[in-house]
Amino acid sequence: MATSTMPRGWRLAGRYTLLIALAIVVLFPIWVMLVGAFKPGNKVLQNPLLPTHVTLDTLREAWRDGNLGRALVNSTIVALIVTVAQVVTAVLSAYAFAFLRFPGRTFVFGVFLATLLVPFEATVVVNRSTVQDLGWLNSYQGLAVPFLATAFGTFLVRQVFLTLPKDLREAARMDGLGHLGFLREVAVPLARPTLGALALFGFLSTWNQYLWPTTISTDDDWNTVQSGLRALAQAQIDKPNLVIAGTVIVALPIFVILLVFQRQLVRGLTAGAVKG
Amino acid sequence: MTRDAASRRRWRDAPLALAMLAPSLVVLGAFVLYPLARAFWLGHQRCDPTGANCQSNGWDQYIDVFRSKEFQQAFGVTFRFALLTVPVGLALGIGLAVLADKQLRGMGFFRTVFSSTVATSVAVASLMWFFLLNPSVGVLADWIGGVAKNPGLLQDEGTALWAVAVSSIWANLGFTFIVVTAGLQSIPADLYESAYVDGAGGWMRFSNVTLPMLGPTLLFAGVVLTSRAFQSYGEFDLLTGGGPNGSTTSLTYLIYGNNSIIKNNSGLQAAVAVLLFAVLLVLSLLQIRGVERRVHYGN
Repeated sequence: MATSTMPRGWRLAGRYTLLIALAIVVLFPIWVMLVGAFKPGNKVLQNPLLPTHVTLDTLREAWRDGNLGRALVNSTIVALIVTVAQVVTAVLSAYAFAFLRFPGRTFVFGVFLATLLVPFEATVVVNRSTVQDLGWLNSYQGLAVPFLATAFGTFLVRQVFLTLPKDLREAARMDGLGHLGFLREVAVPLARPTLGALALFGFLSTWNQYLWPTTISTDDDWNTVQSGLRALAQAQIDKPNLVIAGTVIVALPIFVILLVFQRQLVRGLTAGAVKG
Repeated sequence: MTRDAASRRRWRDAPLALAMLAPSLVVLGAFVLYPLARAFWLGHQRCDPTGANCQSNGWDQYIDVFRSKEFQQAFGVTFRFALLTVPVGLALGIGLAVLADKQLRGMGFFRTVFSSTVATSVAVASLMWFFLLNPSVGVLADWIGGVAKNPGLLQDEGTALWAVAVSSIWANLGFTFIVVTAGLQSIPADLYESAYVDGAGGWMRFSNVTLPMLGPTLLFAGVVLTSRAFQSYGEFDLLTGGGPNGSTTSLTYLIYGNNSIIKNNSGLQAAVAVLLFAVLLVLSLLQIRGVERRVHYGN
């Protein structure tokens, strides 16, 4: 083999060179964004790759013009509500499918699975008017309620519940634990890693939503970070580095959260790929 | 008596089950199933150009929409967008994951870097690329020159979709990298060892062990990327506004975009939304068939 006659040291050096080059390519847009965000508007054309004339003024201006403080609060509240609710609804419905016997169980489970086939983008036309009729435009209810339950969460948690040994439930029954007791004392603690992944996944996907908040938040005060960023980009189209400073403000919290919760993220993203 | 007992047991859990399922059923019913059914109904109504006065008049509006120049163009844009982003995105994800897979010094750092784009939302990623490609201040626009400076890659009909695709590939790279890396780690090491003993070189090991063992993972990643591509909206809204000249008006942008010609016509919007659902349904069914085949091979 041609490759194996090459000295090991050279191959290693080649691999590292390639890795470093690719890392630079991947990080390049992030670097240019950071450099731009810390430059004053009149210097944005000078040395776009080097952090010269570093200032916080552009970030401050973006924070103010984009009403980004309020948007960050809104996004945090909505994402937290959705995250907690998704975990609770997933646990409850998964328990019913995994441990309870009731007529029509297969059919109802089929209905849950069928909702996975409906892309959210196809339902916004109608959901927008539902939310409007409820008087929920520009409100936390409007931003959160459509996402309080997902079939994905139900399916994921049910998979975990199904792997728990049947004897466990029997033993718990002998100890006098009812269904709710068993759910609280045994099933949920055993499913904790999956619930962590589900929670992070729910938080991220809510935080990153774009179409929905731009559709139902017509008032500046009800923007999430994503729709707020859109508003900033459209209002300040002549000030590219003001917009990019806003982008940094919006991107930063999620970068930090993901660095902390890397493990849960991997588990959440690969949930569909690897057989449980 | 025994039948009674059996029937009682059958129903005994039912109230609890209903209580546990109710929250999910209400949300999924009101915000997934109802809107789909309602969109299906709205889609057959013909509205006047202001969007008011929608009337039921047969179901042929679906056929009209399907045949219209606008729908066909948007479908073509969406299809080409998926074709531009999915294979390249997958190949890059595999390449990065394989390179960073060895247990060598510093791989943790490279893994974090290659995963990092998963932290960018569609708005963040799009505005980053908007900045890079901006014809007056963008670094990339400066380097590329020519059409990138005037009128700009996002402003030129021939390059706009490509430029949006690059932004989307970059934004999805972190996801693909993470999924493929997890897939690589689940391949048993002894498979590589026996291939090595058999004298297989690096490329042979990759094509005869890695790729086949990654099959299910790649299917999953490919399906997710494809359905994301078909549902992409923010990229088009922020980078090009569907232009120039409709060259980046995807199906989603045709339904929801500010510059869309059916912006005020809820009947037409619903019809396109239902057709988008139908397209994605076909994709999902293909996926399910793929999974079945894989199980068949696997066992």
